[in-house]
Amino acid sequence: MSAILDIQSITKTFFGVPAVKEVSLRVAAGQIVGLIGQNGAGKSTLMNLIGGVVQADSGAMLFQGRPYAPRNPAEAYRAGIAFIHQELNLFTNLSIAENIFIDAFPARRLGPLRLVDRADVSRQTKALLAQVGLDLSPSLTIDRISPGERQLVEIARALHMDASLIILDEPTTSLTARETEKLFAIMRQLQAQGKALIYISHILNDVLALADSIAILRDGRLVTQEPASAFDVSRMIALMVGRSIDSLYPPRTAAPAATPLLEVQGLSAKGIVENIQFTLRQGEVLGLFGLMGSGRTELARMLFGMDSFEQGSIVIKGQRLTRHSPRESIRRHIAFVTENRREEGLLMNINIADNIALVALPEFARTTLQVLDQGRMMSAARSAAGVLQLKSGDITQQPARSLSGGNQQKVVIARWLLAEPSIFIMDEPTRGIDVGAKYEIYSIIDALAAQGSAILFISSELEELTGMCDRILVMSRGEIYGEFARSNFHAENILRAAFREEGVKPA
Amino acid sequence: MSVTTPSSSPPPPALSGLALAQPGAAGRPRLAFWRRLLLSDYFVLYLTVFLFVSAAIIFPRIGLAGTLGLPTNISNQFLNMWPLLAVALGQTFVLIIGGIDLSQGSVMAITSVIGAMVMSTTLDPAMFDKSPVWGSILTAEGGLLRASPELAVPLGVLAMLLVGAGIGFLNGFAITKFRIAPFMVTLVTMTFFSAFALWLTQSRNISGLPEEFLRLGTGDIISVYLGPKLEAQIARRDILPAIAYPTVIALGLALLAQVLLKNTVFGRQMFAIGTNRRAAQISGVPADRVVILVYMFSGFCAAVSSILYSARLGIGQPSLGNNLMLDIIGAAVIGGTSLFGGKGSIKGTLFGVAFFVLLLNMLNAARLSPFIIDAVKGGVILLAAFLDVARARLTSREQHA
Repeated sequence: MSAILDIQSITKTFFGVPAVKEVSLRVAAGQIVGLIGQNGAGKSTLMNLIGGVVQADSGAMLFQGRPYAPRNPAEAYRAGIAFIHQELNLFTNLSIAENIFIDAFPARRLGPLRLVDRADVSRQTKALLAQVGLDLSPSLTIDRISPGERQLVEIARALHMDASLIILDEPTTSLTARETEKLFAIMRQLQAQGKALIYISHILNDVLALADSIAILRDGRLVTQEPASAFDVSRMIALMVGRSIDSLYPPRTAAPAATPLLEVQGLSAKGIVENIQFTLRQGEVLGLFGLMGSGRTELARMLFGMDSFEQGSIVIKGQRLTRHSPRESIRRHIAFVTENRREEGLLMNINIADNIALVALPEFARTTLQVLDQGRMMSAARSAAGVLQLKSGDITQQPARSLSGGNQQKVVIARWLLAEPSIFIMDEPTRGIDVGAKYEIYSIIDALAAQGSAILFISSELEELTGMCDRILVMSRGEIYGEFARSNFHAENILRAAFREEGVKPA
Repeated sequence: MSVTTPSSSPPPPALSGLALAQPGAAGRPRLAFWRRLLLSDYFVLYLTVFLFVSAAIIFPRIGLAGTLGLPTNISNQFLNMWPLLAVALGQTFVLIIGGIDLSQGSVMAITSVIGAMVMSTTLDPAMFDKSPVWGSILTAEGGLLRASPELAVPLGVLAMLLVGAGIGFLNGFAITKFRIAPFMVTLVTMTFFSAFALWLTQSRNISGLPEEFLRLGTGDIISVYLGPKLEAQIARRDILPAIAYPTVIALGLALLAQVLLKNTVFGRQMFAIGTNRRAAQISGVPADRVVILVYMFSGFCAAVSSILYSARLGIGQPSLGNNLMLDIIGAAVIGGTSLFGGKGSIKGTLFGVAFFVLLLNMLNAARLSPFIIDAVKGGVILLAAFLDVARARLTSREQHA
């Protein structure tokens, strides 16, 4: 079988950190290739390279035997590669027909005007929908149809543009079991028609059942690509996890105390989290692991009072919270390091000192006009920057945007240190920062815990959780699905719990 | 500064030419100079001086040696500056938090009318008998406080300030609690209060304001004696105000604004909201409260400006501030305040107002038609808005470099 897509030793680096490194991959016509890997393994970057969203630093791609280097998504699209994302790319306010024909409506000329030939659009749309087994009116708007039907409309659009390669990225996350079955049937049908498909999913059994060949990525490298018959689920997991490297993490210096600082009791919000129950103790680093969409960030936002919940309660140092807002949480000495520094963390254009002082501002105020004691404020900001070994120029002049990712994260942490919190919620604190800076952040986490703070460490990188935590909770589909003590950390078992594989006892 | 190094492998031949065209701030001293100038706090001040000097060269008649240099003119231009400065301070605050207040002009109109309605000592029945408040608030013997003239001025001024801050509160409340876009909210209050002022007065100016009030607009505290009158037709007075009530009031307000912005928790929180509202809220900034207070301050500043204008004109004018919004926002933006929020200073607005007043003075002195003057004014503000975008782009390029 000839390869329709042949990726040859492709590499893509972001800010010096390789996201995809010398990956070679072959996809043949009439073949479904399953692509798996942990979060951050490089799946999305690889797909973005194929889809023209980003361009490779080195390496080459051949598509249908010709050199292929798309400069933007439109070029990939025109070449015949359709991309069906986790988040759908449909215009929900437009009709099915309009979505399918959005790039080029069949038109009739009327003098200088080009009129859309509605009858033709409708006829063609009906035919395409029939191919994917949908019996819907072409004029129905997208917001009126189910997620499963939307997925199939996307495929119809791919058929309309005569794509020869269709990439599906986690297409089943919002589908019911029946819709999933239907999607798989359509995928097999497309395969029989000679289309090539790349299927990315965290649901390993689905991958095993669908794919002809399975490719596994880890740390930006291709671990292996072999026929599906060579795998079973446990081998897939073992290859995804790889082995851990111990020197990446500082040793933990103190053991947690027994005093509970944060108790979460039966927290529920419909469709987001369900019956969340756990205790965070003084000096403890508690890991919260979950795949994307498992509800971990949503839970963190609820704990900090940013989002509301329907049932349950939050108890801080024995006192039940009655009001929920970031201000109330800060008053109770809770800190929240958000997962995206740019959108929810830093004031990028403002100097480092003001960024550090932001949370604790009212504490530096005198008199009723709240005039700031700037001297005291600056020395506090300087000492926090010093404790965290922030590498910067003059903190009163240099804007936060000019710092590296790791130093930006230190600014966010320094900001909270000034408020003297006893509970830290850290959501992906090491995302997008290099290995050296990660080590420093881990050391800060350890030091905070040793000083008696409690840390809820949320991450999608299992390795760093097993390296740093006293205990790990696993979240899956809004529930806590497993709990592991440090003595019992076993990457494969934790990952199994996150995937809800059989044989793992729920907590 | 962090410097991210591009991949060490040599670029493919096709790209190596492009690499040379990369903007490098440090490698190009000439560009760096313009960059520094454009991003400087004193950019407008340089611009003002440049404008003044070039005008003096091109039109000697209106230069320093001519009309512009006359002591009367200088003194008048300062008097023109203070009311514009007062209202522009409020706009600067609103722009810093990433909002906009289009209602300031109509706040000036309605407070001017209300102040006059409280303070007026005599009214012409022939002009006001169609007013909905004729016979109750307005009578031939004067306004609301005709019976107690000693209270009229302080209470009139107080009423103006309260109404200004009150309209600001309405703006801020609608923006924070109903989440309506600031542009929309203030457009509505602008239309409503402007119409309300016209309706109350039936489009008439209210005269008969007490002498103590008029002094707020022109009264001297320190004056300069220039000798006998030189040209009777231009210099009507031989004594010119150097420091007048408007000077003290507007500069006092500017000082207050400066302290609020630079030295208080409130000011830092304003910049935080204007830069990244979500991050500010997560960091415990009471965003809604700050936003409401900022719009109240904006209305308050408009009311102060209205006091200065009304006192100077000697009337309560329902059309006051009608065409002033462009001047106000223009002066703030020329002064370096960003329409994108998070950036701005009192110093900049002070320079921006000075630039604007000087520009208008020169255009007037050059005896250009009002249409040309408005067209030039519009062009300058457009240029200022473009500079704002250029500055934002320069700083974001720095960020990605």
